[in-house]
Amino acid sequence: MAQAPAVSAGHGRAAGPRSAALRWLLHPAAKPVLHGLCLLPLVWLVYGAAFDRLGANPAEALIRSLGGWTLRLLCLTLAVTPLRQMLGLPALARFRRMLGVYTFCYALLHLLCYSVFDMGLDWGEIARDVAKRPFILVGMCAFALLLLLAATSFNRAIRWLGARRWQQLHRSVYLIAGLALLHFFWMRAGKNDFAEVAVYAAIVAVLLLARIGRKLLLKK
Amino acid sequence: MRIHSHHSGFDHPRASEITPRAIYEQRRALLRLLAAGAGGAALASWAGREALAATRPGKLAALEGQRSAVAGAVTMEKPTEYQDATGYNNFYEFGTDKADPARHAHTLKTRPWTVEVEGLVARPRRFDIDELLKLSPQEERIYRLRCVEGWSMVIPWVGYSLAELIKRVQPLGSAKYVEFVTLADKAVMPGVNGRILDWPYTEGLRLDEAMHPLTLLAFGMYGELLPNQNGAPVRIVVPWKYGFKSAKSIVKIRFTEKEPATAWNKAARNEYGFYSNVNPDVDHPRWSQATERRIGEGGLFAKKRKTELFNGYAAQVGQLYAGMDLKKFY
Repeated sequence: MAQAPAVSAGHGRAAGPRSAALRWLLHPAAKPVLHGLCLLPLVWLVYGAAFDRLGANPAEALIRSLGGWTLRLLCLTLAVTPLRQMLGLPALARFRRMLGVYTFCYALLHLLCYSVFDMGLDWGEIARDVAKRPFILVGMCAFALLLLLAATSFNRAIRWLGARRWQQLHRSVYLIAGLALLHFFWMRAGKNDFAEVAVYAAIVAVLLLARIGRKLLLKK
Repeated sequence: MRIHSHHSGFDHPRASEITPRAIYEQRRALLRLLAAGAGGAALASWAGREALAATRPGKLAALEGQRSAVAGAVTMEKPTEYQDATGYNNFYEFGTDKADPARHAHTLKTRPWTVEVEGLVARPRRFDIDELLKLSPQEERIYRLRCVEGWSMVIPWVGYSLAELIKRVQPLGSAKYVEFVTLADKAVMPGVNGRILDWPYTEGLRLDEAMHPLTLLAFGMYGELLPNQNGAPVRIVVPWKYGFKSAKSIVKIRFTEKEPATAWNKAARNEYGFYSNVNPDVDHPRWSQATERRIGEGGLFAKKRKTELFNGYAAQVGQLYAGMDLKKFY
């Protein structure tokens, strides 16, 4: 695994904190802790739904909150590789798949809540909604792609596809991020309220630019 | 005082049958005392609950109204919880999140407050809020409220027909429309600094719509003064139109000959028409208007309700639109 030149230069000074970070990342409890953190929002939402703590419109609160957490987890998943490279912490890689699968799980719950609570599981109604509202269509497309990535997230799938093809397929996560942002943007467009959308768009843009920048740097 | 009747809504108690306030408050105090006592706990808690159901929320000064005699003005549907009606609002001057108005509207100063009535009227003048409160007897009206976003509530308002005010200023023959201008004070309304809408928020009605007895000039809800987030100290409520037509915190009422520009129509002409009557057959360009979610009804798995033409007030207001193409004049 190649190290970013900037980080290599400061290797001596960073060794202390980095080895400490490494110890934490490789600790046997690291994954269970991350599982717990990823499940925390869900636990909170289930608790809120069960004890009527989700406000006046619990269905809307659930759907929107799950959408928000999908986007946050997606950003975290995308951040793993650039952070690993910049910080010189290869051990971070072991959390990437897990974060990706959680992203998918939250997206699935987001879609399920929309289908059940908003549409009453009426397939005709859902089909009409997809046709009527572009932002629903875009969300559905993003989910279909995410499903494909989740379905090929197992080691055996990587072997079947071959590493190169698998990697090409999984680069579509940036397309998913773009679609998810568009979905969010259109949802907020009714209120001309783009502040939050801009924050997520900036995060995704920085992460994408970090990858492109590194690629160009390594080519030189 | 709110009088609950589970009959047709048209049989009204005689004044002599209405329990004086001092007496019913005494009874409630007694019931609470009973509830606190150890003996007969089961019976007392049942009785206490019955009493609580008719108690006002106790957050703001009381504003009592007699049950309205206007046709269609008192629905028998269950009123929305006060907490939901005051915690889930669209009032963009205080932010776009539904919880923002309840969080931020405490800064609004509702006294002193005046409403300027001007334009094509014989007697233009400025009304003080205290004068408006006493202009006509306050009535309680329980209206359905349908938001353009696809949710609905049932609110017990306190106020009187806007027509009462309109009659007193004597509109000229040339007056065809009424424009409502609302407060836009950057000092107390954080949302006014943003460019979501062209502030101040303005709304409008045709004069015959404004004169309809169901069009309410509201000062209170749930037997108390309006909370700031619900449009204190004075707002209109037009129950057969989408909620955004019912302007909040009104500072000016202007009579005009031409159809006034309205805030949401200026923001998105093809999405929010001047009429904006509730209509399940005319979809919003971005979503269906066929159904609605009644806030607080039946929890998460509750089925949405079917939205009714003119929000269920077709019998009262349908004739205002006779012969009009409601798809064209949306």
